Amino acid sequence: MKRTATAALAVVLLATAGCTSEGGGSGSSGASVPGVTDSEIVVGTHMPLTGPAAAGYSKIAPATKAYFDYVNANGGVHGRKISYKIKDDGYNPANTQTVVRELVLQDKVFAILNGLGTPTHTGVLDFLKTNRVPDLFVASGSRSWNQPDKYPGTFGFNPDYTVEGKILGTYVKENLAGKKTCFLGQDDDFGRDSLAGIEKILGPVAAKESYVTSNPNVGPQMGALKAAGCEVVVLATVPGFTALSIGTAAKIAFKPQFVVSNVGADPTTVGKTLGAAAPLMEGLVAANYLPLNNDDANPWIQLFKKVNAAHNGNAEFDNNVVYGMSVGYLFVQALQAAGKDLTRDKIIEAVQKNGFQGPGSVPLRFSAQDHSGYGGEQLTKIQGGKAVYFGTPYTTDDKDGPVAPYTGQPVAPPQSGVPAA
Amino acid sequence: MTNVQTKANATAVPDAGLNVPKRRRRLHPALVIAAGAVLVVALTYVLPPFRNYQLATTGAYLCVTAGLTVLTGLNGQLSLGHGALMATGAYTLALTQNKWVNLPLSFAVAILVTTAAGAVIGLAAARLRGPYLAGLTLAVAIVVPSVTSTFDETFNSDQGLSVILNPPPETIPMERWQAWLCWGAALVVVLLLALLIRGRFGRDLRAVRDDETAAKLAGINIARTQVLAFVVSAVCAGVSGALFAVLAQSVSPGAFPLTLSLFLVMAIVIGGLGSLFGALWGAVLLVVLPTLAQSVGEQTGSQQLEGNLALVVFGVVLVVVMLAAPGGLASIPSRISRLIRRNR
Amino acid sequence: MDRFIYLTFDGLSRGLVYAAFALALVLIWRAARIVNFAQGSMAVAAVYVAYSVTNATGSYWLGFVVALLAGLLLGVLVERVVMRFVDHSSPLNGVVVALGLVLVLQGTLGIIYGNEYQPVETPFSRDAFEVGGIAMLSRYDLFVFAAVGTVVVVLTLLFTRTAIGLRMRAAAFAPDVSRLLGVSVGGMLTLGWALAAAVGSLAGMLVVPTELGVHPTAMDVVFVSAFTAAVVGGLDSPIGAVVGGLIVGLLLSYVSGYIDVTVAPMAILALLVLVLLGKPGGLFSSSKARVA
Repeated sequence: MKRTATAALAVVLLATAGCTSEGGGSGSSGASVPGVTDSEIVVGTHMPLTGPAAAGYSKIAPATKAYFDYVNANGGVHGRKISYKIKDDGYNPANTQTVVRELVLQDKVFAILNGLGTPTHTGVLDFLKTNRVPDLFVASGSRSWNQPDKYPGTFGFNPDYTVEGKILGTYVKENLAGKKTCFLGQDDDFGRDSLAGIEKILGPVAAKESYVTSNPNVGPQMGALKAAGCEVVVLATVPGFTALSIGTAAKIAFKPQFVVSNVGADPTTVGKTLGAAAPLMEGLVAANYLPLNNDDANPWIQLFKKVNAAHNGNAEFDNNVVYGMSVGYLFVQALQAAGKDLTRDKIIEAVQKNGFQGPGSVPLRFSAQDHSGYGGEQLTKIQGGKAVYFGTPYTTDDKDGPVAPYTGQPVAPPQSGVPAA
Repeated sequence: MTNVQTKANATAVPDAGLNVPKRRRRLHPALVIAAGAVLVVALTYVLPPFRNYQLATTGAYLCVTAGLTVLTGLNGQLSLGHGALMATGAYTLALTQNKWVNLPLSFAVAILVTTAAGAVIGLAAARLRGPYLAGLTLAVAIVVPSVTSTFDETFNSDQGLSVILNPPPETIPMERWQAWLCWGAALVVVLLLALLIRGRFGRDLRAVRDDETAAKLAGINIARTQVLAFVVSAVCAGVSGALFAVLAQSVSPGAFPLTLSLFLVMAIVIGGLGSLFGALWGAVLLVVLPTLAQSVGEQTGSQQLEGNLALVVFGVVLVVVMLAAPGGLASIPSRISRLIRRNR
Repeated sequence: MDRFIYLTFDGLSRGLVYAAFALALVLIWRAARIVNFAQGSMAVAAVYVAYSVTNATGSYWLGFVVALLAGLLLGVLVERVVMRFVDHSSPLNGVVVALGLVLVLQGTLGIIYGNEYQPVETPFSRDAFEVGGIAMLSRYDLFVFAAVGTVVVVLTLLFTRTAIGLRMRAAAFAPDVSRLLGVSVGGMLTLGWALAAAVGSLAGMLVVPTELGVHPTAMDVVFVSAFTAAVVGGLDSPIGAVVGGLIVGLLLSYVSGYIDVTVAPMAILALLVLVLLGKPGGLFSSSKARVA
């Protein structure tokens, strides 16, 4: 008897769980496009808000949301307000599976925007394709997002790691020629693609080491690089490990020139982790493709700071905030281009048509054959605790194409701060 | 002195559910399972797709919790490494599936490989007790990312592998198909376990748990019983892992972190240790609690609250249940009925 | 050769932290027969307290002292409010309650401080002294050696030379007899938890600045290594904890340095299997321990 009762209870619980949260997707009256009504567009994302990978990255989605709130306060896009659902996946691919299904099947989102992480997002590509959900501007530089034949709805945002590796490699070749160059990278596509790009330019590096995020001790790796006599160390690391590598190197009196991937070079995040040792970052070379957070003269930064103050609770303004708002700006551009009768096919068409001009210092590569994001970067150097751009932006591809200076002029944001249709 | 004490204590593990010899007439497990199957099929037609996916996840979890509760609850062996066994099943399925694209074959290979893995760990585990066993299995749990990045040619490091699957027949929605697959496997696993622990094997398991010396005197081969128990529960974990690989269409070490292994133990203890119904409760909790806590966090709208509140809620529930009802959720109905009887 | 020396000092420095943390686990195991899975999170909580105090006052040492006191207090609270009421009929219950505490602590710290790594200062420079061009060890390493050494000496004296130490041992090993003899068994248990939590907090204070900084999950990896150390040494043996800690620290350093970091967890597993198959109760177990 008791067992029957237990089973019955379990069923009731499941069933009620099924019914109570039913209300979420009932908004779409008349219109057949999921997540789109006359007054609203619902989009979702998955981000690490908790867990070891949350550092820095957890500020991206709130910044994007803040930009959407700003757009909504200015009348929205084609009369529709954007509602952004942020789900925490803790950087665990199993959680990503669940939250993305919840967004698509339960909350009926129009699109997934800026889902973060290579291992996490790789797992949902097939699901999103099956359900024909646009999968826009993935927050990672993996080349997996650029497979238009296999995943027609998936688009990248970041310059891919090979492109970045080639540009960092070019810097080393031109400015640090003859020095012994070594590499420390994350043990996944990030590290591997980055190294591939560097070696395309420089040939084999003198020594290479790798790390896994689950082990926060890089003492042995830095020891090995020191023993190999490295004079330049290129890091394909996330911010925490950038700080750890620099700090550990200093500890063993190892002071090479560090050249760091954009993903792990935000001076605010890295400096915070280094704490009192932050001056060690001085002279660090990295690359970026968006305006830098402390460049107050830049009109984009002025706009984003305004939005940050009004809609983001004045969160500390670092490059993650700039990144999040740039993603928001691009998405609004895509929505404007897709027109008033918004459908999923139309937004994909609009993104493929490209022609977006935004905060980026280089063009986006989107076309029907190419779904990868920004096509280049410009080098930065840390001076007086702040990153500053130097030289010109470079563009290149992930194959053997040349690394060429890009001469296009940067554009200013529209007066209203909202891209026009 | 302390040894005597712990041994005496061990006999008092709270029993609940199937393993208690009942005076009342028991339903045959096959009947319960058949009823369960009907119920699940009915549910898959009532529930919306996302709930079906959650239902499928519950079924996949049930496989591993059922196996673990037999090992820990009935045989007294604590394993903190079942997440790694799930990973074994998942990776085996992924590799086999990507080579031959034959789901039944892949499941068979996954079962074979986890049997072998379970036997190896079980042989070591049979020599160890209590926290020493916990320590060894904990080390097994954390070895997953290490193995996948050391042999990254095969396992592709932190990034993992995607799993090639043939889509289900057009007429069946994906999520319903997933629910059927997971619950089909789960019900078979639970039925086999129920039949297994009703018989002599179940008695041996409990005898070994309660008093090794007495069990030995009764002619039970202790090491063999323990290794067998480990193998059985490893196979269940392997099936579960394989199901998760199918659900996610991908495998990666991040999906089988140490916390998963710990959550599994917590789930079976909250559900009610040693009881297959407790395992069901545990599986339901693993799916429902995080979702509930997250939606609460979302409603309060606070960034910092969102993911963290789920942790706090799960933790508080865990502590409260352990302090108030150590027999787990499965023991609550009997507690209530006892209370009612006392009041009459 | 200089690489070997560097790896050895690095391993010893980390090994001593594991040793201190393993000691804390052993203290609680001996007193309460519970493996305190919440030890790592409790230590992180203490480190956060130090972080707040140091930030507010600018004094590392004030934060350091307050962290140890906070550790003591947290130990008392956990024992008095939660662990005391755990049903000990199954050894699992204590483990699961401790895991529950981990979640509560990690979630609460995340809500208060956010899930960002916060930098933690070291009181001494981490720049290594060089002898003949070979990086040896830093002032901070020396501080770690001294701090853990002090803890080991103080605990040894406490347990072997003082009346309170005798009472604590008696309460752990023969609670009923001790009670008859007028020892406050409950009080000794609380004291054991408090001491262990303070030692755990010290280990946290020592290791966190050498990694990414303080974070709700900052001690998870340390916990696994230290638990391995305690199991390898034998959970009943404080000497075992220290030796185990050093073995694990050195093993991790050599394996990561000479082979690859990714191999390190496999080395830990291999060490555990080798030691436990030879001595199922750890290196320093008495033969009886197997039955527990």
